[in-house]
Amino acid sequence: MAQTTLEPPHRDDPAGSVKPDPVREFDAEAVNSKQRQSLYAARVKIFPRHAEGFYRRLKWWIMLVTLGIYYITPWLRWDRGSGAPDQAVLMDLANRRFYFFFIEIWPHEFFYVAGMLVMAGIGLFLVTAILGRAWCGYACPQTVWVDLFLVVERFFEGDRNARIKLDKAPWTASKLAKRVSKHAVWLLIGIATGGAWIFYFADAPTLAVQLFTLQALPVAYITIAVLTATTYIFGGLMREQVCTYMCPWPRVQAAMLDEHSLTVTYNAWRGEQRSRHMKKQRREGVAVGDCVDCNACVAVCPMGIDIRDGQQMECITCALCIDACDGVMEKLGLEKGLIAYSTLQEYTHNMQLAGVHGTIEEIVSAQSYPQVQPERMRGPSGRLIDAVKTTNWKTVLHPRTFIYIAIFGSIGLALLTVLAMRDTLDVNILHDRNPLFVTLSDGSTRNGYEIKILNKRGETRQFWVETEGLPGALLAVGSGDQPKASLLVEVDADSTRGVRTFVTVPRSSLDQERNEFSFRVTALLGAETTVTETQFVAPKEALK
Amino acid sequence: MAEHEEKHEVDEQTGTQTTGHEWDGIKELDTPMPRWWLWTFYATIVFSIGYVIYYPAIPLLEGSTMGISGQTNRLQLQQDMAVADAARRDLISMLAEQDLEDVAANPELVRFAEAGGASLFKVNCSQCHGSGAQGGPGYPNLNDDDWLWGGDLQAIYETIAHGVRNDEDDDARFSQMPAFGADGILERDEINAVAEHVLAISGQDHEAALAGQGAEIFMDQCTACHGESGMGEQDLGAPDLTDAISLYGNTRETIRAQIRQPKHGAMPPWLERLREANVKQLAIYVHSRGGGEEAAE
Repeated sequence: MAQTTLEPPHRDDPAGSVKPDPVREFDAEAVNSKQRQSLYAARVKIFPRHAEGFYRRLKWWIMLVTLGIYYITPWLRWDRGSGAPDQAVLMDLANRRFYFFFIEIWPHEFFYVAGMLVMAGIGLFLVTAILGRAWCGYACPQTVWVDLFLVVERFFEGDRNARIKLDKAPWTASKLAKRVSKHAVWLLIGIATGGAWIFYFADAPTLAVQLFTLQALPVAYITIAVLTATTYIFGGLMREQVCTYMCPWPRVQAAMLDEHSLTVTYNAWRGEQRSRHMKKQRREGVAVGDCVDCNACVAVCPMGIDIRDGQQMECITCALCIDACDGVMEKLGLEKGLIAYSTLQEYTHNMQLAGVHGTIEEIVSAQSYPQVQPERMRGPSGRLIDAVKTTNWKTVLHPRTFIYIAIFGSIGLALLTVLAMRDTLDVNILHDRNPLFVTLSDGSTRNGYEIKILNKRGETRQFWVETEGLPGALLAVGSGDQPKASLLVEVDADSTRGVRTFVTVPRSSLDQERNEFSFRVTALLGAETTVTETQFVAPKEALK
Repeated sequence: MAEHEEKHEVDEQTGTQTTGHEWDGIKELDTPMPRWWLWTFYATIVFSIGYVIYYPAIPLLEGSTMGISGQTNRLQLQQDMAVADAARRDLISMLAEQDLEDVAANPELVRFAEAGGASLFKVNCSQCHGSGAQGGPGYPNLNDDDWLWGGDLQAIYETIAHGVRNDEDDDARFSQMPAFGADGILERDEINAVAEHVLAISGQDHEAALAGQGAEIFMDQCTACHGESGMGEQDLGAPDLTDAISLYGNTRETIRAQIRQPKHGAMPPWLERLREANVKQLAIYVHSRGGGEEAAE
């Protein structure tokens, strides 16, 4: 059972103690701490303990929302009229369309997606500048799925101690049953992950039926298999190694963070010097810090580090150590926040208050811990003194935040503007080059054009095609068609039509061999107009 | 070299056995293969067994084992080509069997014929008529609306099928204009007068007095074929002299030269070289170039 309280080995409080100290101590080791890192060492398994508290609850909610978005989105419907898919979010690769609610993107408009990716990037910078690696700790799929996999692991194998015991135990029927169940459920989650992904690329209800009746395309099954494998391997087997060894973000973040960014911080200025006998030593007048060295923060850490070693590349700021430590502080009757979100600036300030001196690097490293004088941080009443800086909403207000918000906002605004002014009509003109012109028997000159009309609406539309700036020009479609001043072209809903058009100009109506003119294409429905410039070429003999 | 009994020495730093090789105190570790690598390797061996059984794999003196699938890439290509040919054969046979009017009424068939006609044209016709069918002196421009032998689908088909002025096909188009100068039918100044008249009826600068004389000679010598107004006659292959298009040029010099000693182009019959369906494809392609006419009722 996980819940057996470890009897602290050197707990020898005198009998005069008012009540027994309820703090549990953990035999936990930071397996990924710097001292232990070796190029040759094999991975040491991590068995994170379940944490309770504000951040754990927040993470449950975020997991619910993110997984909900992922699984539900493909099933949302959006009516676009007949002939167009009614799936709200759809990557229609076969027809080369991307549908996102009211937006429909054609391949040549892919810059919208590029714009959204740029916004996502800037958004990540913004969040990192304010909240540090909040993405890693809360929203990254790796974190969310590992959390989900840990729920399954805990369900079958119990919490930390039980899992450690089970791992060391010899193979029995019971161990086999637990392990098989755990891996089976992990694989099911993997299948569900890959299964949901493919629904973004085809009509979800149709594809679901096809999948279960084994009629879907092979690529659907292959995609599910690949994503099942990656989900199972990354979430179940590799876990923290993905963040530490595979992901570039821990390296990039170093450039994004500054002294105003919030990071999960062990407040050494009130924690040091740590002592397992804190209360006893304080009673005896020895100045020690708040940290009772119970290792609760290490036991809950999914990355296998000790946050008390200072900022580390491995830390994904999941804040579970905050929850763990807050629980301990509560039991000890001390202020919460021995481990808390804090900025480097506040931390340095508080460390200096505690009597630490030296360069910034020295102050923020664990070397400075022996200099901390915890008695300087508490007033006569035993509370923390007012000069201590703690995190509040003003922390996030600094120039970088506003610069990122401004960039993020202007790109978003630009995209929205372009989207709002987006045409549902597009015209491409291709002038015949061989031959450039044809002289007709009445001496007039004819040029050929391929007029491509893109009707981006979900309804069939008719378009007037006229010329501008070409005196006496007549239009005809195909051989034997009677030339007219304008053409009426019908284009099916949501499609492109190319019309081969002959433009004829009478003899002696032009001044020069090359004449710039435009095609004006007007939609009868929606009153959109597109004017496209092109050229008309005439031989010298046909000029004025 | 290290001595033999040192072979199973275990390295202190890594806990791994050494191979026993040592150079200047540097020992080589006998690190085992990574397990994932080993398993992948075993998996490929298992896979290869199935592969050898299912696919052609082991080379023999002639060919190779066929595997239980009996499939090779080459065989697959042949099958795919046969399927494509079969799909085209339908369209080809429809083209060969149907009247041009019926073909023209079937948009799918027209698309197929135009695409095929375009490539046939590039291979067989562009040498004379140009890659854009724009022609040149002596070679008609097929884009315009002036036709020597008729511009509806059927007429174009006949011209392509049997050719012009050739000995190979009895149904070839044939016309011949007398060499009025070379054969001594007209004097030089009479020829010049007729040329002035032709300039006049095609709306170009001319000497009115000379053109008047020419008109009379034209009445005697030319109207049998070119008609009284000079509009020509497609049944006889006589060109329209009043329009802006002339096969051999529309200037005073070229008109005089053509009356004195006319040039006559020739075109081979294509029905002998290409198949029925191909000639129809070409006719539809040429008709679509912009000058094609509706058949006269």
